Amino acid sequence: MIAKAQISSAKTDDRSTAIRARGLTKRFGDLVAVDHVDLQVPARHVYGFLGPNGSGKSTTIRMLCGLLTPSEGEIEVLGLPIPAQAEALRSHIGYMTQKFSLFEDLTVRENFEFLAAIQGVPRARTKSRIDDLVEQYRFGNLQRQLAGTMSGGQKQRLALACAVIHEPELLLLDEPTSAVDPESRRDFWEKLFELADIGTTLLVSTHLMDEAERCHRLAVLDHGKLVADGTPHELTGKLKGRTFVVDAADPRRAQRALVDVPGVLAVAQVGNELRVLTADQSADVEQRMRDALGQAGQQAEVAHTAPNLEDVFVAVTHDTDDDSRAGKRERAA
Amino acid sequence: MNWRRLWAIVVKELRQTRRDRISLAMIVVVPVMQLVLFGYAINLNLRGLDAGIADQANTAASRALVMDMLATGVVAPTASATSPQQLMAMIRTGKISIGIVVPPDFEQRRSNDRQVAQVLVDGTDTAVQSAAAQLAQTPLDSAAPDLRAPATSTPASPRIDVVSFYNPQRRSAVNIVPGLIGVILTMTMVLFTAIAIVRERERGNMELLIATPLTSAELMLGKVLPYIAIGLVQTTVILLLGVWMFAVPVRGSLVDVYLAAGLLILANLTLGLLISTRAQSQFQAMQMTFFIFLPSILLSGFMFPFAGMPQAARWIAEVLPLTHFLRLIRGVMLRGASLWDMWIEVLALAGFTVVMMTAAIARFRKRLD
Repeated sequence: MIAKAQISSAKTDDRSTAIRARGLTKRFGDLVAVDHVDLQVPARHVYGFLGPNGSGKSTTIRMLCGLLTPSEGEIEVLGLPIPAQAEALRSHIGYMTQKFSLFEDLTVRENFEFLAAIQGVPRARTKSRIDDLVEQYRFGNLQRQLAGTMSGGQKQRLALACAVIHEPELLLLDEPTSAVDPESRRDFWEKLFELADIGTTLLVSTHLMDEAERCHRLAVLDHGKLVADGTPHELTGKLKGRTFVVDAADPRRAQRALVDVPGVLAVAQVGNELRVLTADQSADVEQRMRDALGQAGQQAEVAHTAPNLEDVFVAVTHDTDDDSRAGKRERAA
Repeated sequence: MNWRRLWAIVVKELRQTRRDRISLAMIVVVPVMQLVLFGYAINLNLRGLDAGIADQANTAASRALVMDMLATGVVAPTASATSPQQLMAMIRTGKISIGIVVPPDFEQRRSNDRQVAQVLVDGTDTAVQSAAAQLAQTPLDSAAPDLRAPATSTPASPRIDVVSFYNPQRRSAVNIVPGLIGVILTMTMVLFTAIAIVRERERGNMELLIATPLTSAELMLGKVLPYIAIGLVQTTVILLLGVWMFAVPVRGSLVDVYLAAGLLILANLTLGLLISTRAQSQFQAMQMTFFIFLPSILLSGFMFPFAGMPQAARWIAEVLPLTHFLRLIRGVMLRGASLWDMWIEVLALAGFTVVMMTAAIARFRKRLD
């Protein structure tokens, strides 16, 4: 009861911020998995965590829901200090793990019943709540099927449905769509926005750029550090004039010619074209690129293109590389 | 403690066990298999050894002696012969393991108190040898009406018959079956809960569970409760088979038998839980279970008498729940004692359970680090 009272008071104090973290750090021995991350997740938003595998996304999410104890830093989730008040937080959050974590040897309905009881859905409401979820998440004829025998997309839908069975204020999703086909993914994101519409705050980690683009706001993590955050529009806006498309007859050779041009951060082949990211938007770089292509005997067209989140990712992680040249080669390769 | 959450765990465990064929088989097949194996195969008193008989005297008394020997059930006649040489040949070829020779001058030897008969043994098996020694104890008294009785009623058989209380037939099943309840419960119960927590950790369920309001105590108790019922089912299976196949007596109260079994089940389940909070994988949990199981079988007094063990072994044995259970169950089933008579063993088992459960709950962290 005390916890409930605190939460409601916290809500009236500050309804706009669901998660606040300062200097959040986690060390596993010598490895610094999360390195002084500052976060502010606005309520009722879909907030994305973008980063490659091993960038500290899962570790951060686990610290935010109190499953891991931070080595340093302060966390406040729904107005509760974490990990001190982690137990009080549990009934207000839903957590969807990266790996399917429901019981494969229970049926769909049995999994629902189990979680309803564990999450304290009132007894009188349990049946109607489960029926609603079965309807919303289209488990009509699958209710008696064992969870372990379902497809990847169905499992993930079930995991989401179970994570929201107690209508949590905050939903943490750790790479929810990593094992799912594109259509199930689109379907899944529809559900996430529906949840945001009814007032749920969602924190979604992903390494997929197209998913990151859907988020209201996102944070980019690399090697445990927060390297950028903002709306997708803000983030791509910063790269205006720094992205080019090079249409060359022999893209591989053109790529080799461009990689060492001063001011070029990365050259990646996309189909028959090359996508080039430069360090700034000066016209010099563009001219140097044309010169380099000419010297290599390449007939190529160089044109500006709109930056996307992948460019953002390359640009922001570039700055954190110790040896930028090595990093550039790696990406070019 | 939220009863609804606790009950949710219990129902989940039962549903999962119902769908797990191996676990289901473990509940019923293991007790039956062990009972048959220990009850029949590991029988130190041999029965039905192939025997050849050469009764060269063929008098009423000699025939009676042979019949007495056969009546022990240790030997079963499969061949007859006319001379000791024939019997020796049969032993050499492995046709028989024991030969009984009654010489032609049997009556004369009997009145002179000389050796009246000979038992030829295939000495390659020491168990057969001891069976033959047992056979050689057959008294001559009943072989013929003895005129010198009653004053010197047993001079013809100077050997002393072994008298066994509670088990006059010296059937090892009577001793083994009550102990077997304990051995089977130790094996299955510890294993059930030893893998209970670590399995959920391996399958990834644990990360989901610890992110919910479920408490450690609810989870631990919920894991223990369903297996108590399963353990009592096992106890019933062993008891029924023991009585039906081996005519094992239940001299004490049946309620006491079940109470004693319940105490052991709880002790083992909580021990398994503690293992489960430590083990990193299901395989490791099984290895750790084996570390408990082996000393339990060897030191508890199930296989070897407690009295013959060195002091250090006895100290270890006193820590094992099976040791205390064996004293309880043999007392109740074979000697007709009540639990109250052996309250100290009851206390030992209850104390063990409380310590293990507390340690398991304390060790379990709703954390990943």
